[in-house]
Amino acid sequence: MQEFFHMGGYAQWVWPVYGLAAVALVGMLVSTRRTLKSREREFENLKANRKGAP
Amino acid sequence: MHRFANPTQFMRIANAIYPWAAGLCVLLFAAAIPIALVFSPPDYQQGDTVRIMYVHVSSAWLMMMIYGIIAANSAMFLIWRHPMANLMAKASAPMGAIFCALALITGMLWGKPMWGAFWVWDARLTSTLILFFLYLGYIALSDAFEDSERGDKAAAILALVGSVNIPIIHFSVEWWNTLHQPSIIKDGNMSVDPALRLPLFLMMGAFTMFYFAVLILRLRSELLAAKIRNARLSQVADASAPQPAE
Repeated sequence: MQEFFHMGGYAQWVWPVYGLAAVALVGMLVSTRRTLKSREREFENLKANRKGAP
Repeated sequence: MHRFANPTQFMRIANAIYPWAAGLCVLLFAAAIPIALVFSPPDYQQGDTVRIMYVHVSSAWLMMMIYGIIAANSAMFLIWRHPMANLMAKASAPMGAIFCALALITGMLWGKPMWGAFWVWDARLTSTLILFFLYLGYIALSDAFEDSERGDKAAAILALVGSVNIPIIHFSVEWWNTLHQPSIIKDGNMSVDPALRLPLFLMMGAFTMFYFAVLILRLRSELLAAKIRNARLSQVADASAPQPAE
């Protein structure tokens, strides 16, 4: 286990790479989904308003 | 080809692809990460830093592929005015920029322990930095005009002009003397040991599927934004229309 985290002495280079990649990918997914959900809500609201209008 | 210009047709296919892309992405990552970090051996020269390669090459592969997709779609948008092609390019650009940044940063974190420097101004690194600026330029231009159609056109032209940079990046390690190691997948003659090739290909597959899955979500989102704009416009039109007499 110790050996795994040690990465043959290159831990300070290997782990930041995997950390950054994880942050970048999760960030892309989360921000895309958040925008999509808020637009879905906005569109539903607009449709509901139009139906409610005289 | 032209029938995919219709957003409804296009999204029907995209939505059918989505669960496969997302599922494959999860499976490939589940296989790639443990093999890349634990079960593959260290390189005989580069030691455990070779594990950086799996992320670095995958990011670099995507930054190239996404730019190719943006350039091809920009051409289709300029020639046939296909709105779907424009949306493909627009939805892809921020992801391409992020993968390009990731390739640059992971390259620096690999360069320091192996070359002794985070950065050298050689052909491969410089042309990749230019690619990053092309991505930023594309994103900035497509938002720069009040009239979004004009901005989209200007951005599409930039994407096409900038595509000369793609072969430059690809061949830079052969045309110029460079610190950067040459391509590892060349004419089917693979210079990488199979034990290192497996995690690399799994990781590249996982990244690629990730791009396709998130791209489909972004396309849905872009189309919704267009619908919202249209609904707003027709609301304004309704409100300013003369009221019927009582």
